[in-house]
Amino acid sequence: MKIHEYQAKEVLARYGVAVPRGRVASTPEEARAIAQELGGRVVVKAQVHAGGRGKAGGIRLADTPEQAEQHARALIGSRLVTPQAPQGVPVHKVLVEEAISIAQEYYLGITLDRARQRDVVMVSAMGGMDIEQVAEEHPDAIVKVWVEPWQGLMPYQARQALYDAGIAREAVSTATRFLLALYKAYVGSDASLAEINPFVLTTDGQCLAADAKLNIDDNALFRHPEFGEYKEESEEDPIEAEAHRRGIQYVRLGGDIGIIGNGAGLVMSTLDEVSRAGGKPANFLDIGGGAKADLVRNALEIVLMDPNVKGVLFNVFGGITRGDEVAKGILEGIHSLQVQVPIVIRLAGTRAEEGLALLQGTGLIPAVTMQEAARKIVEVTR
Amino acid sequence: MAVLIDKNTRVLVQGITGREGEFHTRQMLDYGTQVVAGVTPGKGGQEVLGVPVFDTVKQAVSATGADASVIFVPAPFAADAVLEAADAGIRLIVCITEGIPVQDMVKTVALVRQKGVRLIGPNCPGMMTAGQCKIGIMPGNIFTPGPVGLISRSGTLTYEIVDLLTKAGLGQSTCIGIGGDPVLGSTFVDLLPLFEEDPDTQAVVLVGEIGGSDEEIAAEYIRTMRKPVIGFISGRTAPPGKRMGHAGAIISGRTGTPQAKVDALRSAGVPVADALYEIPALVKQALTNRT
Repeated sequence: MKIHEYQAKEVLARYGVAVPRGRVASTPEEARAIAQELGGRVVVKAQVHAGGRGKAGGIRLADTPEQAEQHARALIGSRLVTPQAPQGVPVHKVLVEEAISIAQEYYLGITLDRARQRDVVMVSAMGGMDIEQVAEEHPDAIVKVWVEPWQGLMPYQARQALYDAGIAREAVSTATRFLLALYKAYVGSDASLAEINPFVLTTDGQCLAADAKLNIDDNALFRHPEFGEYKEESEEDPIEAEAHRRGIQYVRLGGDIGIIGNGAGLVMSTLDEVSRAGGKPANFLDIGGGAKADLVRNALEIVLMDPNVKGVLFNVFGGITRGDEVAKGILEGIHSLQVQVPIVIRLAGTRAEEGLALLQGTGLIPAVTMQEAARKIVEVTR
Repeated sequence: MAVLIDKNTRVLVQGITGREGEFHTRQMLDYGTQVVAGVTPGKGGQEVLGVPVFDTVKQAVSATGADASVIFVPAPFAADAVLEAADAGIRLIVCITEGIPVQDMVKTVALVRQKGVRLIGPNCPGMMTAGQCKIGIMPGNIFTPGPVGLISRSGTLTYEIVDLLTKAGLGQSTCIGIGGDPVLGSTFVDLLPLFEEDPDTQAVVLVGEIGGSDEEIAAEYIRTMRKPVIGFISGRTAPPGKRMGHAGAIISGRTGTPQAKVDALRSAGVPVADALYEIPALVKQALTNRT
């Protein structure tokens, strides 16, 4: 789960990570009041998940509360077009923060190193730029230390990484405390990524998180009730949000062929197969293992919420999932949802024959193999 | 003896009294697996399908001599269950549970590796030695004994491929679903050497997917293998930055792309099928070239 900058800063502050003073605003008037309260210059920052916000005009300086209000009015309700989100992302809130006077910009990041199966802490003196570009062009400029799982990040490791990365010597002891607090926040909130870019050394010698990115491990949300309120705001696509409310794994992909299957790998392969047949999948939807009729009906409803969908392909290989249950769910769905688009269905494995028997004479298009199913759905939606 | 498990393997089911645990215990027994014990804290002394239930893994091991464990415990308690099994001397742990927090697995995997305990999963369908032993949730009826080993990051895709192999007259030795999570007890490169050494295996099918770099790491090892490996990568058309169902199936930045994986495997001499149905022919060809 991706959370917004203002939420990340709330979480980080709880663990003692130093962040600029500021608050989030949903209206221009609120933005003005916050700017008034902070006094002096402020920055007004659009709260969106896409990177490249600054270049897209999503971060604006204001000298007065009036100006902060104007910036907020321009941003809230607009769509921010960034290189990462060419179709634009809606701005619902802005973060109003004290403007800080920057002496140096650095980079700090903590994430999982999958290959080494442990967390890696990254420090670079090249802050404020796209870190993937730094990694590409100046790999030596990123210092990495790996954390022993049962031990955690040790102070000497943090210190060593900061010295090695070339952080200003006089700032290292403050930065060490900052980095250790960041690690504590990463572990404590079950993050999959904590990134401070830029990590700022101010002209008066403070270390501050000018920006903050925190992604939370979805699997760990059960032990973080405090993130419940962030969940809703993390969803950008309304259909994805609805699917997740119903406990269905759904990713919208933008094409016109709805895809439903069981098992992530099988569904991914089905998408690949449809693309090979010349079609464009509208979504990824995994009904998981052992799905009952009700879930199958729900899945069909979710897929059909996308108005672009011109046809639906079911691909189910039953292990614990039973073909007859899937067929029942499809039938319920067709009746209750008054489905107008063609449906191709491929059932194999457990109770597939019983399932296919149930579907006979219903106008559904049967297929024996995955590739035949892909070819047929592409044909009928063309 | 095939890889890791055979007809002599004595299996313990952690979470045997749960709905999933009991259902799959029945399926495993039906397949002929020796399920010798179950564990559910607080339910020791009961029986499930004739299998004695114990309160702790330690008790179960000392009473029954179980040497492998399969875990159906819910996600919040699953890492603890793995550690309990490892501490009680179980040498092979298969964790089916999906949705375990990554941080729990980072710690757990580090510990089992240090102890030399083999962990398969989590978030996996388990493993099979065709005709001998089934540990986990794979549908037994599609398997048939033969010379092809299989290692896969996906469950249903494994069934699909096994079904294709069986229908093409190609039986299987051992099939292992390693799981769809970012941190796994065993990766491709941990298991390939076992297939290389296994006299019952003549060729190996490796089923990868987007995310991480385990396929690239495996490719380096495959260069040194005598036995042929056939590859398949799912998620060839997946968009970057989106988690495709599996927690581990996400392309982030430049790592985890399907093309990098296909390229790495091909450059190690591995034929990579573009579509599933091509796999049996590639396996047949590899077996022919070998003899």
